[in-house]
Amino acid sequence: MKVAPFRYHAPQTIDEAVSLLAEVAPLDGRILAGGQSLVPIMAFRLSRPAHLVDINGVEALRRLAVDGDRLCIGACVRHSAFHRPVVEGPLGKLLSTVVRHIAHSPIRARGTFCGSVAHADPASEWCAVSAALGAEMVAQSVRGTRVIPAHEFFAGIMTTRLAEDELLTEVRLPLLPPDTHLGFYEFNRRAGDFALAMALAVYRVEGGRIVAPRLAVGGAETHARRIAEAEQVLAGRAPLADSFAAAAGRAADAIDPMEDAQTSAEYRRDLVRTVMRRALEQSLL
Amino acid sequence: MTGETIPYTDSTMAAMTEKIEIRLHINGRDHSVRVEPRKTLADVIRDECGLTGTHIGCEHGVCGACTVILDDEAVRSCLMFAVQAKGKRIRTVEGLADGDKLHPMQDAFIAHHALQCGFCTPGFLMLAVNALETNPDLTDEEILEVLSSNLCRCTGYQNIVKAVRSTAADMRDTPTR
Repeated sequence: MKVAPFRYHAPQTIDEAVSLLAEVAPLDGRILAGGQSLVPIMAFRLSRPAHLVDINGVEALRRLAVDGDRLCIGACVRHSAFHRPVVEGPLGKLLSTVVRHIAHSPIRARGTFCGSVAHADPASEWCAVSAALGAEMVAQSVRGTRVIPAHEFFAGIMTTRLAEDELLTEVRLPLLPPDTHLGFYEFNRRAGDFALAMALAVYRVEGGRIVAPRLAVGGAETHARRIAEAEQVLAGRAPLADSFAAAAGRAADAIDPMEDAQTSAEYRRDLVRTVMRRALEQSLL
Repeated sequence: MTGETIPYTDSTMAAMTEKIEIRLHINGRDHSVRVEPRKTLADVIRDECGLTGTHIGCEHGVCGACTVILDDEAVRSCLMFAVQAKGKRIRTVEGLADGDKLHPMQDAFIAHHALQCGFCTPGFLMLAVNALETNPDLTDEEILEVLSSNLCRCTGYQNIVKAVRSTAADMRDTPTR
């Protein structure tokens, strides 16, 4: 279908963007970034925003830079920016691995990291990465700027703690120590399709034992999150197949799976057990 | 995402359907058009600029029939608004051939029977041409990954894969364009 009429605004600065958003948000105004989720939703007329604030012309939001021990990803940084590692070390490698799972190349050329996080589709890979690593979400409005930690940010299916007048200007990810082990695995029915389940495993090994494990599940619940029960199983154990299987089993038990016509709760638990085990097995490579 | 709508008054409706003057740079030529902001790039390329080689299939970013090259990147022209494309260089399937001389990718599609009904072909051509222009050394595996972006209901894809692999090999041997 054709999208419904809307008023188009194209601010050039962050200040202009948040002023416009403050004005039009109560009138059913939305931010337009990459548009790769919003435009299809509008084409289905599931959403009919009366105003769109297009932030693509805001130069400052294209910032992708290391600041101290954080990688700062501006609101207009596209998925395709991560095809090659953007920083040396495990974080750059993780992002360049995960990005290959996001839709297809033409979508990655337009869609943005922050847009994916703000849209908060349960199957968003960047939401799983943000949850696993404890990202900081920088929200700006005419009322000021605040930082929302990932574990508070995601609130449900396509629901976040962003207020309607807040623009997610930046997501900050912590750089990872060089000896960090990483594994990512997702299952979907077709290449580039929405994942039915994904898992991300991040940990270090000291004296042959796993320390500081971060295990996140995406696509299986209403929003991506770390699974504390599975992390407890893994912490202090040797990075071996039986430890991985135990943690994966615990993750499968701990989740509250989404169900739909094709996907029962039992099936999703089974998928989570498998994707978590495979993510952990990959973490040794 | 909500289905809620705010009742439109006549004046807000008028503001929303007001046309904006933009200039689109397509295949080396400027097109000055007046469009509603809600018009997608795909619609404007076809309806306002008369370039009907770009096809519209699903209108929600799944099929890839509307793929065009925007500033050296293949994009879905149904997933952006035309007003967002002003000032950018746009290439459509009409821009591939040089007069009567087809682009090597078009020749390869013919040679390898990479099309039957032809509906998806413009999208596949723009996708594949852009992929090889960006990286002429794509591996067979990478070519498959790129092509997984678009849908074809006739060929079963094998002949499209052959055509693109053959063009990749030719472009490596004789760099042109």
